[in-house]
Amino acid sequence: MKKVIIIDDEPLARSMVVEYLQDHPELQLMQECNDGFEGVKAILQHQPDLIFLDIQMPKINGFEMLELVEQPPAVIFTTAFDEYAIKAFEAHAVDYLLKPFSKERFDKAIQKWLEQQSKGTVSNTTEQLLETASLGPSQAQRVVVKNGSKIKIIPSNDIHFLEAADDYVKVHTQEGYFLKNKTMAHFEKSLDTQQFVRSHRSFIVNVQLITRIDPYEKDGHIAILKSGAKVPVSKTGYARLRTVLGL
Amino acid sequence: MNNLGYPATITITDSFVSNGLLAAGCVLVSNNLQYYLPQQERYWYILVLSLIISTAWLFTIKFLLTLLLKQNADYHAFLSKSLSVRFGISFLLIGCMAMISVLWYTFEEQKANAKRKSDAEQLTKDAELYKLRQQLQPHFLFNSLNSINALIGSRPMEARKMVQQLSDFLRGTLKREEHQWIALQEEMDYLQLYLDIEKVRFGNRLSTVFETEAASLPMKIPAMLLQPLVENAIKFGLYDTIGETLIHISTEVQANVLIVEVQNPFDPETSQPNQGTGFGLSSIRRRLYLLFARNDLLETQVKDNIFTTTVKIPQVS
Repeated sequence: MKKVIIIDDEPLARSMVVEYLQDHPELQLMQECNDGFEGVKAILQHQPDLIFLDIQMPKINGFEMLELVEQPPAVIFTTAFDEYAIKAFEAHAVDYLLKPFSKERFDKAIQKWLEQQSKGTVSNTTEQLLETASLGPSQAQRVVVKNGSKIKIIPSNDIHFLEAADDYVKVHTQEGYFLKNKTMAHFEKSLDTQQFVRSHRSFIVNVQLITRIDPYEKDGHIAILKSGAKVPVSKTGYARLRTVLGL
Repeated sequence: MNNLGYPATITITDSFVSNGLLAAGCVLVSNNLQYYLPQQERYWYILVLSLIISTAWLFTIKFLLTLLLKQNADYHAFLSKSLSVRFGISFLLIGCMAMISVLWYTFEEQKANAKRKSDAEQLTKDAELYKLRQQLQPHFLFNSLNSINALIGSRPMEARKMVQQLSDFLRGTLKREEHQWIALQEEMDYLQLYLDIEKVRFGNRLSTVFETEAASLPMKIPAMLLQPLVENAIKFGLYDTIGETLIHISTEVQANVLIVEVQNPFDPETSQPNQGTGFGLSSIRRRLYLLFARNDLLETQVKDNIFTTTVKIPQVS
């Protein structure tokens, strides 16, 4: 018996999937979720094997929701019209269904997943997917993190600096820091490079908050932010900062 | 010159200096014309330029050759006698060079103009295509079709209704031209269709209230002026919020000015701070300015979590 969850903000869209699932008795629908927040909770609670996920949802979109889940399950995306998203994850999602989709198309997607399951190729596809997929500029303007059991949306302007911490990245803001399970490289790519500069192997700094840069030890520097925080700057990092700041 | 019995060294020097400098003169002329291309009646410029350069050339070679070939008195006599001929030849040559240059650079300029024109045309075509695609609103369209699909099984009568609403809406979309003026009633009907379709999609999450003053309905407004307002209301009030949403639209008339107000809730957590003043309304502002030359016709207000946009359309009687 495989466990399934539907996450979509439109009730009618969800009812389509429910209807189509009736012919698949081996799949048990655990819960229907109305948004990404409910989705995160439901995935945690039920540990589904497969989820049907809409991309355009209020407040946090499908990708952002997935980022907040440790070991995300296999995903079949449902979307009305997102050509770009589709191209980005064609290689990695189990499948994507373009609304409105027929029963036959739906059954095909289920079949694909079952085959992947038996062949054992499902693992890690979702992780890879999250590395490549993005919704474009809108996503780079904010970072979605988990704060205990709550979800917090941080506008990128509120980020003071980012610090590498083993498998995670610490996102430092006015209210302290939050952990995000992405790599520094991911942030380097997705955040605005004119505002966020990799000043050090383990640090990315928001240049708008730098009050001054002092020399430090032999070859390095240290950036002092408005908040008083001190961010290390390596030799190459200093060169990057100079280019961006036009020094 | 050799035939006249002058030694090789003299002839070579003479040729070398004369022709070398003549070539230099041609280059000078060409260069000058590249940066200053005389238009229509200014061709006398070429004449004068050729004259000046020929004269300059003449004096230069006379000076140089006299200097280089001091010893030979015969040659000096020859040189003096040949000056007018040399001048004639050089003037002709430089004149020709000038004319060729003018022709060439004019040709180049025309080519550049033609390219600029075709680039601009391409841009316009691209913009139109983009606009058409956006008008189609694929996201809205496909989601609505999906909703209809879902209703067919469970609530077929509602499915029928939605097919009707969607087709009316699409017909309205195709009919609309930006340059027309339409009655407020027509615009309101169109927007109502749009909101009703969204209501079906989002279950009970969306409620709408229309408060229209009867006197305002026959008034004229530019087509598609209010649509972005309502789209914004939906985008920030419905797509980006959780829970129930009320969108409130009211119209009234004051001193021959039509006033339309659109109110929607928004979530400050997800709406970016810089959008608080914009919310994509710059296009409406621009249109109003182009139509009425006024900057005060669009106002926005934020109170608690409600965003209110007010548009004033002066009636041209």
